[in-house]
Amino acid sequence: MSKNIITPTKEFEDVLTPGYKDLVANGPYNRSAPGTVDDLGSFREITEPHPHCAGCGVSLGIRLGLASLPSPENTIIIGTPGCAYFALTQSALCYSCTAFGNQNSVATGLKRMLKIRHPGKVKDVLVMVGDGGVADIGLDYTLHSWFRGENIATVMLDNEVYGNTGGQESGMTVEGKVLNMAPTGKKFPKIPVFEMAKVAGCAYAVRTTVASPKKFGTAVRRAVLIAREVGPTYVQVYTPCPTNLKFSPGKTLEAAKDVEKTYYQYEEYMTEEASAYLSRIGELKEAK
Amino acid sequence: MSMSANINAAASAGPNQKAVSPEELLLKAPRERAFMTGSEAVAEAVRRAGIDMAIAYPITPQSESMHLTGDLFAQGYIKDYYRAENEFAVMAAVHGASLGGGRVFTATSGPGTLRAMEMFPVWAGSRQPIVCAFMCRGVALPPSIQPENIEMAFLLDTGMIMFHAENSQDFFDFILAGYAIAEQSEVHLPVGVFADGFFVTHTREVIMLPPDNIKLGEYNPDIAPIPPFDMEHAPMQMVRDPLLNKCNFVSYAASASWHQEVLAAAERARKHINKYMGGLIEVENPGADIMIIASGIAVSQSRDAIRTMAERDGITAGLIKVKSIRPFPAAEIAQATARASAIVIPEFNAGGWLAREVMGTIDNNSRVIAGPRVFGGMSLPGEVIIDVIKKAAR
Repeated sequence: MSKNIITPTKEFEDVLTPGYKDLVANGPYNRSAPGTVDDLGSFREITEPHPHCAGCGVSLGIRLGLASLPSPENTIIIGTPGCAYFALTQSALCYSCTAFGNQNSVATGLKRMLKIRHPGKVKDVLVMVGDGGVADIGLDYTLHSWFRGENIATVMLDNEVYGNTGGQESGMTVEGKVLNMAPTGKKFPKIPVFEMAKVAGCAYAVRTTVASPKKFGTAVRRAVLIAREVGPTYVQVYTPCPTNLKFSPGKTLEAAKDVEKTYYQYEEYMTEEASAYLSRIGELKEAK
Repeated sequence: MSMSANINAAASAGPNQKAVSPEELLLKAPRERAFMTGSEAVAEAVRRAGIDMAIAYPITPQSESMHLTGDLFAQGYIKDYYRAENEFAVMAAVHGASLGGGRVFTATSGPGTLRAMEMFPVWAGSRQPIVCAFMCRGVALPPSIQPENIEMAFLLDTGMIMFHAENSQDFFDFILAGYAIAEQSEVHLPVGVFADGFFVTHTREVIMLPPDNIKLGEYNPDIAPIPPFDMEHAPMQMVRDPLLNKCNFVSYAASASWHQEVLAAAERARKHINKYMGGLIEVENPGADIMIIASGIAVSQSRDAIRTMAERDGITAGLIKVKSIRPFPAAEIAQATARASAIVIPEFNAGGWLAREVMGTIDNNSRVIAGPRVFGGMSLPGEVIIDVIKKAAR
């Protein structure tokens, strides 16, 4: 996409909303340098007020992720129902969200069709969805897209709960946690999606939290770049939910930092091919 | 070297087909006789449809048509094709591919239709001109792979356009007409083309085909009500206030008007169905006192019953073949049955969805005899229809 497409004609400039004017003047499309999490706040898009709960880890994860896209003007995001929907629909990106769990199948069809219709052009397809969407209702579609080697980046915003439906246990909830539909505590551990990604064909996988924004931003950027040329990629980011995990909304980052010491330690995995590719395009610097 | 190397070479070469208009392909091009099964007829339609991408998952009795579609990919007639992991995945991926702005095809049957169910209203709501063939069969109440079209009842209100093929000729024509109609700017809805499994898919019959060196011209996604998701168009902050979970009148009204527009688009398809399919219904012996209304293979069985009755018993009955189920030809059927004293509706399902549709739209529906019905793989001999008609005539 060229920025010309979103640039209004002179005659209509004065009737556009301030949000749109800001998007054209300062937004992430066609910037001279690729965006990073440091750019957050330099334009209104994705930092606008959102309808999430106070202290929402998911909305933070989405903002950090979207600010880190290597080519937002050529990125299409596929979502799935859940809390992530509220922030993603408010971004000025092509975003599709339909039936719960179908995201990696939709992304497969879309990515393949974009290869047919726009050969040689960069068209990044990024799946950005919650833990229930990936690990429960969409697990087989996610895994099969990895087995098939689709050129898709998948980001799981893991808040360890079904937030939007009122705080039910998900497959990513920690064992023993009492939640709706787990009245006596969850009976099995978190589903090891991160480990599964490595054996299911992902060329790149990262586990991190929103308490490490630069690491997460680098992970999203690398995941999208590697998916473009090498194969499927996966980023799993902990985005804690104060509303349903019952902690103060001011303690979201603290909650994320806490688990970095235990089961959410930063880990980056990449195949030799992915590593060689990053090195070739000058992207292989240590994540800070 | 290996055979796959040869196939890939053929694929890269591509078939030499001339792109033509739907009018040329469907209405003007000379046709030649062929002798083939319904599954092969589907493949012949796909060969001439200029498909960008097809996605497959096996289920009886659909499988052969999608094997043959795979062969067409290997021969270069289709640009991409793969076997997905189940029907929900297929219908979701087809949705994604259509979002990308190209022409897509898939097919399924009975339980596969039900497994994929959630995606059909998504296709319609996304205004996608997807064409899907349904080789109808029983679903598990109790399990049956045999011919039966109860799945059509479940799809009546998904927003998709629905055509019911009587035979291989219809199956071929309706699939190609399906693209021509679905891709109209004012329509842009998915089209389901239904045929009764085995009777149509596995039976060889004479069919008239246009030449295979012509195909439908390329689909232009820029005339769609919703631009393709390819970032070649201005992206927009589509829903500053997300419709889905907002509890206010504006969001209800926006959702309702979108839904109404889906229904209105199906109404706007009528003139294109008339043009490309010669009408929503076909009538034989118009004005007869007894009229049979049927769709799919029940039309052939009814025709057999009418012929036998005329020759043997001297009773004349009329026949209304319903080709378009959505949009439903309510006015056409009301007119064609205006003078009938009895209306018999034979069906290949236990629910009797066609009878319900007819009874919901015509006057004086005490004239309707909602049957006979067969299911679970039972056939519908003409004599069974004749028995019902004779009782009605008494």
